[in-house]
Amino acid sequence: MKILVCVSKTPDTTSKIAFTDGGTKFDEAGVQWIINPYDEWYSLVRAIELKEKDASVSITLVNVGGADAEPIIRKALALGGDEAIRINTDSSDPYYIAAQIAAVAKAGSYDLIFTGKETIDYNGSSIGGIIAELIDVPYISLATKFELIGTTATVTREIEGGEEVAEVALPLVVSCQKGVAEQRIPNMRGIMAARTKPLKVNEPEAIEALTNIVSFELPPAKAGVKLVAPDNVAELVRLLHEEAKAI
Amino acid sequence: MSVLIFIDQADGHVKKSSLEVLTYGAKLASQLGVAAEGIVLGTVSDDIAALGKYGVSKIHHVSNNLLDHVDAQVYAKVIAEAANASGASIIIFSHNQTGKAVAARVAARLKAGLVAGACALPDTTNGFVVKKTVFSGKAFANVSINAPIKVISLNPNSYTTIAGEGTATINALHIAVDTPKVKVTAVNKVTGEIPLTEADIVVSGGRGLKGPENWGILLDLAKELGAATACSRPVGDAHWRPHHEHVGQTGVQIAPNLYIAIGISGAIQHLAGVNRSKVIVVINKDPEAPFFKAADYGIVGDAFEVVPQLTAEIKKLKAAN
Ligand SMILES: Cc1cc2nc3c(=O)[nH]c(=O)nc-3n(C[C@H](O)[C@H](O)[C@H](O)COP(=O)(O)OP(=O)(O)OC[C@H]3O[C@@H](n4cnc5c(N)ncnc54)[C@H](O)[C@@H]3O)c2cc1C
Ligand SMILES: Nc1ncnc2c1ncn2[C@@H]1O[C@H](COP(=O)(O)O)[C@@H](O)[C@H]1O
Repeated sequence: MKILVCVSKTPDTTSKIAFTDGGTKFDEAGVQWIINPYDEWYSLVRAIELKEKDASVSITLVNVGGADAEPIIRKALALGGDEAIRINTDSSDPYYIAAQIAAVAKAGSYDLIFTGKETIDYNGSSIGGIIAELIDVPYISLATKFELIGTTATVTREIEGGEEVAEVALPLVVSCQKGVAEQRIPNMRGIMAARTKPLKVNEPEAIEALTNIVSFELPPAKAGVKLVAPDNVAELVRLLHEEAKAI
Repeated sequence: MSVLIFIDQADGHVKKSSLEVLTYGAKLASQLGVAAEGIVLGTVSDDIAALGKYGVSKIHHVSNNLLDHVDAQVYAKVIAEAANASGASIIIFSHNQTGKAVAARVAARLKAGLVAGACALPDTTNGFVVKKTVFSGKAFANVSINAPIKVISLNPNSYTTIAGEGTATINALHIAVDTPKVKVTAVNKVTGEIPLTEADIVVSGGRGLKGPENWGILLDLAKELGAATACSRPVGDAHWRPHHEHVGQTGVQIAPNLYIAIGISGAIQHLAGVNRSKVIVVINKDPEAPFFKAADYGIVGDAFEVVPQLTAEIKKLKAAN
């Protein structure tokens, strides 16, 4: 069984978000890059667990990104996974990114493709769906549990106001979130092993980007908090009712 | 050319987020001088013609019961075919759970440019530029769609619903529907609760409440306000509250009218899930808690004293109105 795990590079969750070049570029000064948490904590760990249960499982990591993504790819390899493919291009267009991954998916005929629920920088929640459409397989979004018996997956996914349990045969694309697995920390053995695991660099397919980011903006600053004394809760209720019109 | 708006329903009832996208799509259509049409899939019990009051002239209905559960693969094919048949060049979804599953597939199928997580009407004065939230609500990106077909999914609670007058004509659309490959074996709805992403008011608790046995004061307040309940990540991790209540960067992202944070410090990862809320109230005993910087109103005080008083005052307000 072959699993393809999508890993993307995102700024650390505590990064200061700022822009340069007249609001057209993300300010990378002082930013620490991490594996997108949904990819690292949930989809990658679940793939590793499946491999721990069944040694015939192989895991390939795929990233669409420049050479600066290699440290996070190595970290993902240190957690687990057999090999990685980096597609050497940078883009913000979801179709472009997903079509690159779909090309890898087609060429390698993977049984299972995992993505994270969303990237914490672009927040599209869309790469998995596009890949699934391009390779014409079912897509389970926002999975909170993933079990596999033979070639049939039982997946729990988030729906509005609850969850849904479904069965579906592989091949399949799944986007993973909390619940699917528990975060792991890479150990020394993993880190050493990752150094020699194959990391292949592919040049991108000729695919048209359908969107591009023109500029960024920061939200307007809050006016500042209005504090109410703890013995005057009635005043807070009055403000919420009359001023904020929120209740 | 027209704008096609996907109307999401569950158990036959049109979702609140669908009214937002109808309003948004109709506004966009009038901005471009084209028609706005809706599409609804599966068995519906609500009066869908009445949705005309949100600005759509026609609603396509594919009433096949194979569409009663959302299978993204099946849905995408039907919606893409309907878009082709009706000559739609812009297709609008809510960026809710259904939209996250389906919009991307529709876009890929039509080779459309996709903006997922839009938060304002497109600027069509020079090209087609859509504002979306990025960095988990900490910033916005203006994204230009350069393809002839465009798909937009709109963040829930980011566009105000406006109801006018009018009835839509219903067009029963006959499109072959594939049998879903995904077999739904169970649906577990959290009953009696307001879905977090649809709630106008959310009352949320953090580690400051000390333990699950203390949640009663928060639940009382939520009940009085008709609010949904949420929590910080450590609270979900410790199973003090169900995991689906955890909001933040790695949890649910919400944008209610009012968010009341009780005993939550306001870590940047928490704020990432709630910073699109219109009004934020923070109750925390530590005046240095970072959450106060992101708040509109605050009380520096002990939650165990303040929250029951707040519930009582709201009760009074309701009695007086
Ligand atoms: C990669 C990453 C992702 C994360 N994602 C999320 C996420 O999605 N969501 C999330 O919430 N967190 C997330 N976190 C965790 C986050 O950093 C914080 O640790 C967490 O939000 C803190 O939860 P808390 O505010 O409930 O607890 P604490 O930080 O312990 O704060 C408790 C607060 O309660 C106050 N308090 C104590 N007693 C009282 C009282 N009697 N009355 C009133 N106030 C009182 C204290 O002053 C304090 O401010 C993430 C962390 C990382 C590293
Ligand atoms: N550049 C990328 N390379 C590899 N995987 C990616 C990339 N961008 C997004 N993904 C995957 O797609 C998921 C959803 O991303 P998004 O649609 O951007 O929210 C992420 O959690 C990743 O698993």
